[in-house]
Amino acid sequence: MYSEKVIDHFMNPRNVGEIKDADGVGQVGNAKCGDIMKMYLKIENDIIVDAKFKTFGCGAAVATSSMATELVIGKTVDEALKITNKVVAEALNGLPPQKMHCSNLAEEAIRAAIEDYKIKKGILNDTTMKQACSRRCDDVQAEMNDHDE
Amino acid sequence: MTETNIYFDHAATTWVKPEVLETMMPYFKDKYGNASSVYAIGRESKKAIEEARDKVALVLGAQPKEIFFTGSGTEADNWAIKGVAYANRDKGKHIITSNIEHHAVLHTCKYLEKEGFEVTYLPVDKDGLLDAEQVREAIRPDTILVSVMFANNEIGTIQPIAEIGKITKEKGVFFHTDAVQAVGNIKINVDDINVDLLSISAHKFYGPKGVGALYIRRGTKITSFIHGGAQERGRRASTENVPGIVGLGKAIEIADLNIERYNKKLLELRERTINEVLNKIPYVRLNGHRQKRLPGNVNFSFEFIEGESLLLMLDMKGIAASSGSACTSGSLDPSHVLMAIGLPHEIAHGSLRLTFGEENTHEDIDFLMEVLPGIVSKLREMSPLYEAVVSKERIERGNKNV
Repeated sequence: MYSEKVIDHFMNPRNVGEIKDADGVGQVGNAKCGDIMKMYLKIENDIIVDAKFKTFGCGAAVATSSMATELVIGKTVDEALKITNKVVAEALNGLPPQKMHCSNLAEEAIRAAIEDYKIKKGILNDTTMKQACSRRCDDVQAEMNDHDE
Repeated sequence: MTETNIYFDHAATTWVKPEVLETMMPYFKDKYGNASSVYAIGRESKKAIEEARDKVALVLGAQPKEIFFTGSGTEADNWAIKGVAYANRDKGKHIITSNIEHHAVLHTCKYLEKEGFEVTYLPVDKDGLLDAEQVREAIRPDTILVSVMFANNEIGTIQPIAEIGKITKEKGVFFHTDAVQAVGNIKINVDDINVDLLSISAHKFYGPKGVGALYIRRGTKITSFIHGGAQERGRRASTENVPGIVGLGKAIEIADLNIERYNKKLLELRERTINEVLNKIPYVRLNGHRQKRLPGNVNFSFEFIEGESLLLMLDMKGIAASSGSACTSGSLDPSHVLMAIGLPHEIAHGSLRLTFGEENTHEDIDFLMEVLPGIVSKLREMSPLYEAVVSKERIERGNKNV
């Protein structure tokens, strides 16, 4: 059901780990849903110079995390914000339909890490954050039910 | 990709034994007659079906007239529950079952609720065990049917079917058991356990897929399931799947003949696996009852990791297994069975089921134990949940040292 590229990124994930002095850290998902993605970014002069991740989740969750880190490295913050779930899924040669929500998680993890960076930098205030992290199981479940009907 | 090919998913399905396949083969090409026809090859098919029926009856301690062939175990469950419900709706509309049944039973009960029946879903304890007294307490004057599975397909827990049977007999309520996972693993006699209806499926005991059977005790009030011709004494119409039925008959005969040896073999593999996994891997729990469980079933939860990831990595090593994780069920909720025994979501997501069978050896377990600890730690290294626990432990250890 998975493409060879997904399997490759799952079996040999790129950029697993933490960045001790990260400029931005974002965590999305929750254990109840069965997937959590935590992304660390090192940002210098508005360019993402390093990215690492830790993920609890299925094969697709691990592979999208790995691909997301590859995609953001070398990009400016604004460019990274343009990476959508679709871009991540396409870079992996597609995901099975029931696994598309895993790619949402990757997009949200990037956004959450960048928001954290902006808050630390004083570019964003607290009130505008937390949007990326507000996704809940129930929402995804509802989306999935919509597809069924 | 890999040379290894180890199958640890016998509860999902089994391969067809060569001697079973051999008995089936003539009925595809040479002995293709319709069992309802009067001429010689028709009669030959009819005879083969009746011989298979005799075999099933003999193994279950039933009369041949009480055995009805179906298209699957799921069909047998559907028939038993809907058939008894519809035939006895004048007497009452209450059905009792458990909350860890297979979906073939649970979804049938949900359907009947929409049809105006009332269903009580009895809870199980942390080991997945039902107390027979719960059944007694749940029985009302309008209860018409109790349906409790013999053994659970995920966690392997074996229910006190004989005790429940005593109660339903005393109360005059029909009793159905889904014995799909039990037949071939556990010796069953329908009179000893007082069941009125019992479902079986051939592909769980080295028979073919697409054929099952329902035992219906004489005198059980039940409607017909499929309407049409006079097959299966008019109760389940449609031209019989002769090769399938012949295969089921042969498979159950072989299973019964070998049951003691098979049981002993599976128990050995099960006990060894449970002991080694619990000893060698930290943060793991065994799901299901420690003793009252199917001889070939183990089910673990590995904390901080997710089941599908575990299955993929085992698959890369050539090991086929199963999980109750949401990601393998096609929904976002983990298995209803693991939820019913009280596991938190995140623990349920990390479950692994291994079900052993005929061809498995100690060498297979050697290989499993060679690769499993490494896979678990690789996934934990990747997990933010594990990271949190490890750093907490580090701090606690640090505090102690101070």
